[in-house]
Amino acid sequence: MSILAGKETRVLCQGITGSAGSFHARACRDYGTNLVGGVTPGKGGTFLDRIPIFDTVKEAAEKTGAGASMIFVPAPFAADAVLEAVSAGIRLIVCITEGIPVLDMVRVRHSIQARMAESIRREIQTRGGLEIGDPGVLDRHRVWLIGPNCPGVITPGECKIGIMPGPIHLSESAEPRTGKVGIVSRSGTLTYEAVWQLTALGIGQSTVVGVGGDPVPGTGFIEILAEFEKDPGTRAVLLLGEIGGSAEEEAARFFKEKMSKPLIGFIAGQTAPPGRRMGHAGAIIEGGSSGTAQEKISVLKSMGVAVAPSPAEIGATVQKVLASGGKG
Amino acid sequence: MVSRPGDIPRVLKKAGAGPWVLKAQVLTGGRGKAGGIRVVRASSQMKKNLLEMLGMTLVTAQTGPEGVPVRQVLLEKPMEPARELYFSVALDRRLGCALLIASSEGGVEIETLARNSPEKILKMEIGPSGALEDNQARELLFRLGLYDSDQKKSRERAQFFKNCVRAFFALDASLLEINPLALTAKGGLVCLDAKVTVDDNALFRHPELARYEKAACLSPAEKEAKAAGISYIPLSGDIGCMVNGAGLAMATMDLLKQHGGDPANFLDVGGGANVEQVTRAFKIILSDKNVKAVFVNIFGGIMRCDVIAEGVVSAAKVVKLSVPLVVRLEGNRKEEGAAILSKSGLDITSVGDLSLAAARAVELSRNHGRTP
Repeated sequence: MSILAGKETRVLCQGITGSAGSFHARACRDYGTNLVGGVTPGKGGTFLDRIPIFDTVKEAAEKTGAGASMIFVPAPFAADAVLEAVSAGIRLIVCITEGIPVLDMVRVRHSIQARMAESIRREIQTRGGLEIGDPGVLDRHRVWLIGPNCPGVITPGECKIGIMPGPIHLSESAEPRTGKVGIVSRSGTLTYEAVWQLTALGIGQSTVVGVGGDPVPGTGFIEILAEFEKDPGTRAVLLLGEIGGSAEEEAARFFKEKMSKPLIGFIAGQTAPPGRRMGHAGAIIEGGSSGTAQEKISVLKSMGVAVAPSPAEIGATVQKVLASGGKG
Repeated sequence: MVSRPGDIPRVLKKAGAGPWVLKAQVLTGGRGKAGGIRVVRASSQMKKNLLEMLGMTLVTAQTGPEGVPVRQVLLEKPMEPARELYFSVALDRRLGCALLIASSEGGVEIETLARNSPEKILKMEIGPSGALEDNQARELLFRLGLYDSDQKKSRERAQFFKNCVRAFFALDASLLEINPLALTAKGGLVCLDAKVTVDDNALFRHPELARYEKAACLSPAEKEAKAAGISYIPLSGDIGCMVNGAGLAMATMDLLKQHGGDPANFLDVGGGANVEQVTRAFKIILSDKNVKAVFVNIFGGIMRCDVIAEGVVSAAKVVKLSVPLVVRLEGNRKEEGAAILSKSGLDITSVGDLSLAAARAVELSRNHGRTP
């Protein structure tokens, strides 16, 4: 089992004729992803290898039945590409593009929220009401935007939607009783490093989700943690955070209140100077102690999260938690 | 505004009689306490003060010991505000929207006020329209004590706040802060100091802001990094770092620190760590004369380790590397990569284990005595 994406997921690639888009579309297909089509305005009717290309997402979705899209459109046009996917009814949108203006993302988030609210309203109208406490209502209408500025989503052995190297992942633990680990991260290569350490220890991954390094991501840690908590294929969750904002602290509070599965954490940026942007647009410490690695680590620990002491010991920390079987 | 000593006679002639307030135009806060704001009463003293300020390096609580050079000075009429308020629009990361923050108590550290009397701080979310709605502007006036029975005055004040929110969106700002915002004796609103932070990612649609970017005065190494698309931040340590990916780069610096070392920089060489990019990164790192060792930590994912190793070797030859180099390559085809490094005949230590590699880099940085 997994979250967000699996064998059945039918995937489009927006910006498939660009250099990054075509390279990674092929890499995803070769990994085994069910890549059913691409979109580049003006290139409709052509093919990338045997993958059909369409002018609009709407047409691509109608002809291929795709429910997911991976976006490689350049930053100035990426927000519009996300909106196009949303209005075409795509339910899982993975935006790889880096450098999107943050206020564009604010607008995109407002649009997605409005779309979901409208979709729920229509169901209420059609059915003449919802059952009280209907737990499936959000799942039926949810539009996931993962990213931007992220490596994407991979369910090892089934579906890769993104730029991560497929072969470093492990789809089943060497010892099946160990169970698998779900990963959620704000980083790219740090995630690969952590995945690699787990794979080397024979610990499989259920799904790995990179939510991206931007200040306003489409999806945050908590929403992904909730999915992992529900997923029977996930035994424990690894959260890779970094300086800036308060998403890690909020995730730790969510873990303490709502999760039964163990959570392991790592925070990058203990040596980062305040006020400077460390590569990721979101990685900046803004005044005082808020957003520092030290502050985040201490909150994580106080909420019962097992924090890896160094980036070299992420895998070992996960292994220890799995062996002990409990929280923290 | 005065930018050059040569401008002074013309500006003074136009300005007329004092008193005047001279304000150093620098991209930092805390100017007043550091001598960046002066009230000059006698016209005869204007030239002297302007000349002093134009050349000075302003060291404030926010600049660090190196300070910032003053390149422009603004002249303003002094004013005695009837009241000082606080106003800002900022991107709220948690809410994922723009948030208006205001207080009827301005001129102070807003963080201190937020801590000690949070009830005095007013917050309003700006909705999907990207504008301050009429009802929000009205509420703002009531809460700040700015509502006036003179409808014209109230309308003008509401429009002022609506314009500020419009400016925030029009500029792609992540912060627009006016502190203090003065209410004059005549009932008008005047910005006495303002800070605007613009989103780097949105600069492509603001060519008009390019001239302010120059004022940020980057070092040659920082300029070179920017041109190469490399994220580089110089720090005070002595171990140069080259890593692919921002998160891994931060984690690598942390690891060096844990082993007792001190990173000389943050450097994310980017996704495609090819020969050209690695060569430019080496040049940038080595332009820092404090660097006593270089630590390269690259996770070969899509890019194979053997390709990266060849890049590192040829780059090290091009820049005639004079300090010890520790390379840790992990991932796809790492054995082949390590073999290329060891056969290169260069002073390269190749270590596979991340923790051991960091320890080795720290050790070599200590042993390496560069001739003065």
